Amino acid sequence: MSSKQTKFLKALQAFLPVDSLLTGEESLRPYECDGLSAYKQLPLAVALPGNKNEIIRIIKLCQEFKIPVVTRGAGTGLSGGALPLENGLLLNLTRLNKILKINPENRSAVVQPGVRNLAISEAVSDHGLYYAPDPSSQIACSIGGNVAENAGGVHSLKYGLTVHNILKLEIITAEGELLTIGSQALDSPGYDLLALMTGSEGLLGIITEITVKLLPKPERTQVLLVAFDDVANAGKAVSEIISAGIIPAGLELMDSLAIKAAEDFIHAGYPVEATAILLCEVDGNSPEVDDYTKKIHALCLQCGATEIRIAADEKEQKKLWAGRKAAFPAIGRLAPDYYCMDGTIPRHCLPEVLKRISDMAKEYDLPVANVFHAGDGNLHPLILYDANIAGQLEKTEQFGGRILELCVEVGGAITGEHGVGIEKIDQMCVQFKPLELSQFHAIKDAFDEHGLLNPGKAVPTLHRCAELGAMHVHNGQLPHPELERF
Amino acid sequence: MTAGTTKDIANKLADQVKNAYSNGSILGIRGSGTKSFLGNSDLGQKTAESITTTKHQGIVNYEPNELVLTARSGTRLHDIQNTLAGKNQMLAFEPPAFGEQATLGGTIACALSGPRRPYTGSARDYVLGVHMINGRGETMRFGGQVMKNVAGYDVSRLMTGAMGTLGIILDISLKVLPLPEVEMTLVQDLTSIDARKRMVDLVSKYSPISAMSYVGHFLYIRLSGPQSAVTAAIKKIGGETILNHETFWHDIREQQHPFFKSDKPLWRLSLPVASDWPGIEEKLNGDCLVEWGGAQVWLSSGEAPEKIFAHADTLGGHARLFRSLNDGFGYRCQPLAPALLNWHKKIKHVFDPKGILNPGIMYKEV
Repeated sequence: MSSKQTKFLKALQAFLPVDSLLTGEESLRPYECDGLSAYKQLPLAVALPGNKNEIIRIIKLCQEFKIPVVTRGAGTGLSGGALPLENGLLLNLTRLNKILKINPENRSAVVQPGVRNLAISEAVSDHGLYYAPDPSSQIACSIGGNVAENAGGVHSLKYGLTVHNILKLEIITAEGELLTIGSQALDSPGYDLLALMTGSEGLLGIITEITVKLLPKPERTQVLLVAFDDVANAGKAVSEIISAGIIPAGLELMDSLAIKAAEDFIHAGYPVEATAILLCEVDGNSPEVDDYTKKIHALCLQCGATEIRIAADEKEQKKLWAGRKAAFPAIGRLAPDYYCMDGTIPRHCLPEVLKRISDMAKEYDLPVANVFHAGDGNLHPLILYDANIAGQLEKTEQFGGRILELCVEVGGAITGEHGVGIEKIDQMCVQFKPLELSQFHAIKDAFDEHGLLNPGKAVPTLHRCAELGAMHVHNGQLPHPELERF
Repeated sequence: MTAGTTKDIANKLADQVKNAYSNGSILGIRGSGTKSFLGNSDLGQKTAESITTTKHQGIVNYEPNELVLTARSGTRLHDIQNTLAGKNQMLAFEPPAFGEQATLGGTIACALSGPRRPYTGSARDYVLGVHMINGRGETMRFGGQVMKNVAGYDVSRLMTGAMGTLGIILDISLKVLPLPEVEMTLVQDLTSIDARKRMVDLVSKYSPISAMSYVGHFLYIRLSGPQSAVTAAIKKIGGETILNHETFWHDIREQQHPFFKSDKPLWRLSLPVASDWPGIEEKLNGDCLVEWGGAQVWLSSGEAPEKIFAHADTLGGHARLFRSLNDGFGYRCQPLAPALLNWHKKIKHVFDPKGILNPGIMYKEV
């Protein structure tokens, strides 16, 4: 440890309660990774502040000593966004876990960043309200991380992502200044900083308070399970449903391997012989739900569905969803490790993309299961591998990288809801050109002059991209030679 | 699929910005000018060279099944809406046009949304991606043509509502939605206090409401969805259905309702839904038309701007001078807290380091 780091830790110890600062390998070990466990790194120290003032003092010390800081919530993120830095402080916000205010008349709630996503819906349930974005980790993930990653979920086609469901943020800037953006109203004057902050992966500020928008619970929901013997037919059914003017609350597609894995694990009664299944949830008032259900039933039959099940009651709805919700751990049982990807594609490319993923799976000799938020084109291929076999992790990462590049090639994006983090940093070079990446760096520089907030994540340096050979550098000269590169 | 003329003048526009960047001349960005009344006019725009997007036209891509449309900024809003309607789809933020010639670029740059906004989302909620020119004349793409994309900072939404101060929008990808099968409007005769309570109650439970407005002594409630859903909701909510309701909502959205004929300055107050809007008329000495279930209040009043800004702030919202015959106020948007203004200046500098794009149109500092 350098003398600078020692002084920094002493300065933290001077005001933080003893149990709010962790050092030493044993205490740091639980924080070495987030949900993407293939990447591990011990931080310099972990701070667990209990209030805003402590955060401000921590950040000011980070500035004074030029110590980088990685902010972390529940640590469920899947892109390594909360991976610690060896020379950096890990700022854990899980102790800021209070719901500060519920305002049923305005249908909003003010919460601290460490509050769990599901805890918000539970707390407002008595008012007939809920918080719509529901990432699959909602039981554990914290709302601060949801904002930092712009988390989605199975209902995002109809109800949007985090960015569509928050009103106001309080943040602490890299200089330790408190800033409020957004308002209790539906919009706010000036630039849309709420959108800029949402999904900025901890690079622009530290979120200390969030005002979320709440929705009234739908009067009724219905879930259909539709089986197909051809993925193309399932894709066609999705298009037909949307063409008919129906926006389902959830529309999920699982391929054969995912169906079998889920059924073995949960026994939801999934048709294991099917090539693909669609899970379709509709909501609304009662007659509306009946209407949609009838229409979807008819459309799926026209598209060659081999079986259609309509849940008889709420219990069966839950059972049908249970298989989907447990799909990742279920698939995880098939191999010692799995790697979950998160690309988006225009929906009509689904059959082509699945075919090419399956060809690549043969090439790499690694099985892939596919789970797809079919409504909004968000694909989650899960690559099965064994990290104990030398070279398999590297092979898997390479395979995953190629899947993301395929998503870009067909007009999609390298991440739909998990964020770039450290995981997809190289694919950013494929998604964006040097000019755009420079613009991102300029935004970062403007708000974090010394690059202390989660440096090295989300946006690759142009140098890194150039080394990857993913972009053209003319005469050894990058655009804007006057800009500092890091 | 295209509507109207198709023409790509992106390179020409970029060259014009590059020239302005090198010789430091100010550019005033213009579409068809239908919303030019929204900006400050005392910003040295007189000396500005104008850069016009109206010839950058055409729907570049429209995939109804994907719910995505991409169009160039000079494309007329009406052409886009007609194309969408041909496939039973719509821009769900129901943007006001304020004129036949309104362009998509201006619509997004001003980020105005219509009656459906509180129930289906705002202009920025539907923006998926932009292709733009920054203040150095550099052409860039952010976001994309897919529903979900969290790669990189959300510059597309940052551009929405920036009134051209951060860049010139070349084309925009938007999420679109199906047109509702049926729309009907109910009217109820209520005092403002009762109307406030009714509107708050109505949205506390699920219902297919797509607009709520309080005008005169009447509360108007529009319902949208399948016939079955609308019929059931009408039964539950009660009140008379009105004829020609499309005209009513059109007139509210386009500010052609008689309320907007006043000579007094027109202010827009954006407020939390359940704020005390019924008290505004008395406190700010004016007349109100309430939209968005209470979240958007149009105020016709000659009160001092400071007083209106202060009252909007007290109510938890903000105000903006929308239309006024004399433009002597100097600033039209709610003043920003110093720290927030500082962030605005930083962002402006990042995208437009020489301050040549629409300077001062929103705040004199940016």
